[in-house]
Amino acid sequence: MAQQAGEIKYLTPIAVDTKKKKYCRFKKSGIKYIDYKDADFLLKFVNEQGKILPRRITGTSTKYQRKVSQAIKRARHLSLMPYVADLLK
Amino acid sequence: MLKQYETVFIMTPVLSDEQMKETVEKYQKFLVAKKAEIVHEDNWGLRKLAYPIQKKSTGFYHLVEFKADPTLIREWEVTFKRDERILRFLTVALEKHAIAYNEKKRNKAKAEKV
Repeated sequence: MAQQAGEIKYLTPIAVDTKKKKYCRFKKSGIKYIDYKDADFLLKFVNEQGKILPRRITGTSTKYQRKVSQAIKRARHLSLMPYVADLLK
Repeated sequence: MLKQYETVFIMTPVLSDEQMKETVEKYQKFLVAKKAEIVHEDNWGLRKLAYPIQKKSTGFYHLVEFKADPTLIREWEVTFKRDERILRFLTVALEKHAIAYNEKKRNKAKAEKV
């Protein structure tokens, strides 16, 4: 055979560590105020148990992460969002 | 110096429609009597709560946006605390972005109505 060992060629390059750059959605779309009354929107920033997701996962900047968490806590107080949940999504 | 505030409060679902309106009116009168300026009001109606409060699973939500002197807020919140028809309330001071956001939202809602 013509092919030698250690020289395997792929038709399409295999994806190795092509990380997509995370970005802060608030900075990108110019949102300045996060409404605590909009529970559907805030749902994007919590996991199934209703816990707030870390910046590491959502990519939100520090400034807006603070506002997100404040808004979520206000929504919880007004019973628009649960403090603890099971299978929220 | 007036500052803009926003209060959302939840009333018990045991109230009849009239009693609910009466409660809302009581707070409107409070603001008017204290020379606060009501900017906007919104009744969300009966809503399901995300978790039970005082063993109730629903409640009447009402939102008031107003301009008032900061010294008034203490008294305003005390009246809520003393009122047993109120399950929960939250008063927030609005900063300039929040005011702009609320205005935009209101205009949008108005445009949809027409």
